[in-house]
Amino acid sequence: MLRPLEPVGRSSRIVLGIAFFVLFVALWAFATFGGYVSRTFLADPLTMVSDGWNLLTVQGFSQDILVTVGRVLGGFALAAVIAVPLGILMGAYKPVEAFLEPFVSFARYLPASAFIPLLILWAGIGEMQKILVIFIGSVFNIILMVAVAVGHTRRDLMEAAYTLGSSDTGVVRRVMMPANAPEIAEILRLVLGWAWTYVIVAELIGSSSGIGYMIINSQALLATGQIIFGIIVIGIIGLISDFLFKAINRRLFRWRFA
Amino acid sequence: MTVTATVPKLQLSGLNKSFGRGDKRIQVLRDIDLSLADNEFVSLVGTSGCGKSTLLSIVAGLEDFDSGTLSVDGAPVTGPGLDRGVVFQSYTLLPWLTAQGNVEFALKAAGYGAGERRDIAREHIELVKLTKFANAYPSELSGGMKQRVAIARALSYRPKMLLMDEPFGALDALTRHQMQELLTRIWEEHRLTVLFVTHDVEEAVYLSDRIVVMGIGPGCIKQTFDVDLSRPREPDSASSAEFIDLQREVLRSIREESLKVELA
Repeated sequence: MLRPLEPVGRSSRIVLGIAFFVLFVALWAFATFGGYVSRTFLADPLTMVSDGWNLLTVQGFSQDILVTVGRVLGGFALAAVIAVPLGILMGAYKPVEAFLEPFVSFARYLPASAFIPLLILWAGIGEMQKILVIFIGSVFNIILMVAVAVGHTRRDLMEAAYTLGSSDTGVVRRVMMPANAPEIAEILRLVLGWAWTYVIVAELIGSSSGIGYMIINSQALLATGQIIFGIIVIGIIGLISDFLFKAINRRLFRWRFA
Repeated sequence: MTVTATVPKLQLSGLNKSFGRGDKRIQVLRDIDLSLADNEFVSLVGTSGCGKSTLLSIVAGLEDFDSGTLSVDGAPVTGPGLDRGVVFQSYTLLPWLTAQGNVEFALKAAGYGAGERRDIAREHIELVKLTKFANAYPSELSGGMKQRVAIARALSYRPKMLLMDEPFGALDALTRHQMQELLTRIWEEHRLTVLFVTHDVEEAVYLSDRIVVMGIGPGCIKQTFDVDLSRPREPDSASSAEFIDLQREVLRSIREESLKVELA
């Protein structure tokens, strides 16, 4: 029987996790091979695999993948470098928060994708435009989330640090920052996931390379196998980056998992 | 040293403290006069809400006060400082630093070099008998061990006095007794001025030279008891007739105050 919160064994967890993928592909194969869905609209799994192979070996799709990854990392790194320090300042110092918080809260709700037409006018359809889309989509969220995390630093730890001779900046540097470092890393991991959606949208709208460009190109060719392959590639890259982030965090913040 | 002998280590006079503003303003401490002599161990006891923890926070420099004076060695206190070591009730070890790192934290602020920091920290971790756990993170330590590191940390930079706010309040009875013995032993060997807040009367009698009972509504100094039990104190001291009599007297004094609250 199923009992609430009863843990599941390691091997059954893996089997169950894989089972859903199998079920999903089976349903997909059933719908396509069985002729329930027109081939024009949805390629079957085997076509998807062969289209993907063709993309990688003949059409140089790996280059597109690299381009897209580069854009995400570029825009995300730029956003992080600016947003993390600002978020820390905002979380630590209330006047900075009073100054920035209203604007950042407002800007956070501006959809990054709505800026694309404007950014194309300003920056053309080159790399800068893609990076700016990701930047706009990420920067305000990182600032706010970091500020909230830093603002919730345990008060008793700060008081202890004061009694241990820390100055005001010392408390920010030696307590608020290290105390929230794991949280900040977690925020970056989350926002990096969102950055992926921004880059694809930017590539769908105006681009001559990248995964999103391949997807929109395939639409014109009715190559649904290629589209699905592209989407799966994005998913896999997301999984890998998530995994790497988690592994690095676990290593950097051993004290949290000790 | 004749100069310091005439000036108390810690002196509070006519100290008042209120919280809130306007109609909601509530006085929590009224006219507190208290002085601690050099190397004196004084416990502050009282019913909950009497402001004993607030008073300790004020002495630590973490909380300000409305009027009166507060001085250490004759110099007015303006904020937290390394002349006073503080041990809190909650576990305030920095979780990202090992036991050793936590002790070194203050030494760094005090300006010691890396080698000196390591040696001094090691020596104080040994003092609280945690050498084996020097490289453990706080999450790997039990509650009692965490408070031992906190004591080592507060002593490491040689403060003029130690302020302790119910440091053993969150520990189980057995660990609490071990910690009391450890603290007594350290105090009897090294001598230090200590202001110790607790609600455990037995603990206060066992550790102190003097017990100050605080009254309530607003918090004030109600009565002072000298503890004339011989030192060194042993765990058995707690079963002597003198000990039990004194404990009973202090309890009676506190209970009068709690009754006031209930009747009000």
